[in-house]
Amino acid sequence: MLGSAPTGIYGVMAEFETPTDLVRATNAAAAHGFHKMDAYSPFPIEELNHPLHLHKNKLPLLVLLGGICGGLTGYLLQYYITVWNFPTNIGGRPLHSWPSYIVITFELTVLFASATATFGLLALCGFPRPYHPVFNVPRFSLATRNSFFLCIEAADPLFELDKTKSFLGGLHPKEVSEVAN
Amino acid sequence: MPAEPEVIDLQPATPKDILGAGHTFNTVTDQISNVVLTGKMPLLWYGAIAAALGLLGIFSLALVLIFAKGVGVWGIRIPVGWGWAITNFVWWIGIGHAGTLISAILLLLNQQWRNSINRFAEAMTLFAVVCAGMFPLLHMGRPWIFYWMFPYPNAMGIQPQFRSPLVWDVFAVSTYATVSLLFWYVGLLPDLGTLRDGGKNRFQKVAYGILSMGWRGSAKHWSIWETACLLLAGLATPLVLSVHTVVSFDFTIAIVPGWHSTFFPPYFVAGAIYSGFAMVLVLAIPLRSAFHLKGLITDKHLDNCGKVMLATGLIVAYAYLMETFTAWYSGNVYEQQAFWNRMTGPYAGYYWFLLTCNVAAPQALWFKKIRNSPAWLFAWSIIVLIGMWLERFVIIVSSLAQDFLPSSWGIFRFTRWDLATFVGTIGLFTFLFFVFVRLLPMISMNEVRMLTPQAKVDREETHVR
Repeated sequence: MLGSAPTGIYGVMAEFETPTDLVRATNAAAAHGFHKMDAYSPFPIEELNHPLHLHKNKLPLLVLLGGICGGLTGYLLQYYITVWNFPTNIGGRPLHSWPSYIVITFELTVLFASATATFGLLALCGFPRPYHPVFNVPRFSLATRNSFFLCIEAADPLFELDKTKSFLGGLHPKEVSEVAN
Repeated sequence: MPAEPEVIDLQPATPKDILGAGHTFNTVTDQISNVVLTGKMPLLWYGAIAAALGLLGIFSLALVLIFAKGVGVWGIRIPVGWGWAITNFVWWIGIGHAGTLISAILLLLNQQWRNSINRFAEAMTLFAVVCAGMFPLLHMGRPWIFYWMFPYPNAMGIQPQFRSPLVWDVFAVSTYATVSLLFWYVGLLPDLGTLRDGGKNRFQKVAYGILSMGWRGSAKHWSIWETACLLLAGLATPLVLSVHTVVSFDFTIAIVPGWHSTFFPPYFVAGAIYSGFAMVLVLAIPLRSAFHLKGLITDKHLDNCGKVMLATGLIVAYAYLMETFTAWYSGNVYEQQAFWNRMTGPYAGYYWFLLTCNVAAPQALWFKKIRNSPAWLFAWSIIVLIGMWLERFVIIVSSLAQDFLPSSWGIFRFTRWDLATFVGTIGLFTFLFFVFVRLLPMISMNEVRMLTPQAKVDREETHVR
C-alpha cells in the first residue's frame, strides 16, 4: 500500500500526556466536525464515548442470540435423546422429564453466550489484526503504557493534511505526526 | 522508549489504600510487566517450581500405577466407592470459586479493590479446575474413554442418562472451565498488547503479538471490551453459583443419609468461596513479598479477603448447625444415626477436627490484628483449607461407610496412592501457577492503571472553549 499517492497517508496523530488532554482534544475534534477518528489509551476512558459516539455496540444483541441458541440446543438435545433417540425408563419418570433438563439447558446457555461474547468481541474489533497503520508511529508503542493518542483519519471528508495537522497542533499535544498507510 | 524507571516497592500511605502512594502508569506497568519480560525470578519461584516438579514426579508414578493396575490401588472399597477421589474433586473445584467471585461478582458490584487481585485469582480458578477434573477422570477407571460422558452419535447406540446429576456435573464443570478460560483471556488481551510493545526481544514481541491479536488500545475497542467484560461477568456470576450447586446435587439427589438435604447448594457454594479465598491468600501473601508487590496487593486487600473468609466461614458454621438440627428434628432414624455416627463413630476425630478448623479457628479473624498480619492470615488460610478438605471427606466417607443397613457397613482406609495422587495435583497446581507467573502478567495492568490518581479525567477541563 505504501506509495499510492492519495492513500499514502492513513491519518494524522497527536500525542497527549494526560487522559484529560485527550478527552479535551477529542471533544474539540468532534465539535470541529471530524467523524473518522479514534482515540488510543492504555486503559478505558468513559468520557471518550460521547465525542466518538460509542454508547452502543452490537455485542449485547449477539450475546443474547448466542444464549438463546445455546438454551435451545441444550433443551432440544436432551429432548431428542431422551424421547426419540434413546428412550429409557428411569425411576418411572416420563420420557420428557423437563425438570431434569434445566441444569444442562442453563449450562449450554451460559456456554454459548460466553463464547459469543468472546468471539463477538474479537469479530467486532476486527481481530486478529497484527498490522495496523497506527503502529507505524514510533511512539505509538506507548499507547499501551502511559501515553494518549488521537488519530484523525484521511478518510474523513474534512481531512486536509496541513489543516488537520495545524488543527491538532493547536490542541497542545506533545507531538503531531503523520501516520503512513 | 523512555529510560526505564527503577522498579520500586511503594508502600501504601495508610492501611486503607488499595494502591501504594506514588504509583504512576509507568511504575504500575514496569513493576508488573518486568517480572515477565526480564524473567528475573526470586528464590521463591525456583523453590516452588522445584517442589512442584518433585510432586509431579510422584503424580506420574501414581498415574502409571492407576493405569496399569486400576483404581483399586486407592483405598476405595464398597461401600465407600468415592473416597478421596471425589473429596479432592469437590475441594479443588470449590477453591476455583473465589477466582470467579473476584473477577465477576466484584466487577458487577464495582469493587475496585478487585482490580489488583483478579488476574491471578482467575488463573488460580483455571488451574484448580484442571486439578479437580483429574479426579473424576481417573476415578472412572478407564479415562481414555472419557468422551462416553458426552452425547454424540456412536456405533454402540447408547447415550448419557440426562436425569442423572453426574451427567449434569460433566456439563457444569466443562462449561465452567471453558467460560473461565474465555473470561481470563478477554481480560488479558490489553495486557498482552502492553507486553508486545514492551517486549525486550523478538521472541517476546512475536509471541505476545500473536496472543494480543493486534490490540492497540483504540477507544472503539475499549468500549466493546468493557461491554464484553460486563456481559461475561454477568454470565459467570450465575454460572459460578451453579457449579457448586450442581456438585452438591451429586449428593443431595442420592438418598444416602447425610446427603439427602435441600440446603446443600447454598452450603456448598459458601464453603467453596470460603476455601477459595483461603487459597487466594495462600498465593497472594508469598507472591507480594517475593515480587515486591506490597504497593499493589496491599494490606487492605488481605484485610478484605480475611473479612470475606470470616463471613463465608460463619455461613458454613450456620450450615453445620442447621444440618445437625434438621437431622435431629426430622425424626428420621437413619438421618439421626448418620449424624450421631459423624460425631461419635469411627470418623468422629475428623469431624471434630473439621469443626475446630472451620468454625472455631476462623473466629480469630474478627480481630484486626490477625487480619493485618500476613503471617497469621497465611497460617489461618492453611487451617481453613485443611478444614474444608476434611468437611468434604466427612460428608462423603462417613455417609457412605455407614448408611441404612449395618450389615453393609464398612470402613474406609486411604492408601499411599491416594496420598500420592492428592499431593500430585497440588504439585500440578503449583507448577501451572508459577509457570503462569513467569509468562503472563499476574496483576491486571490496565485495571490497576485506572486506580492511579493520574487516570482521573478532570471533566471541568475537557469542555471545548
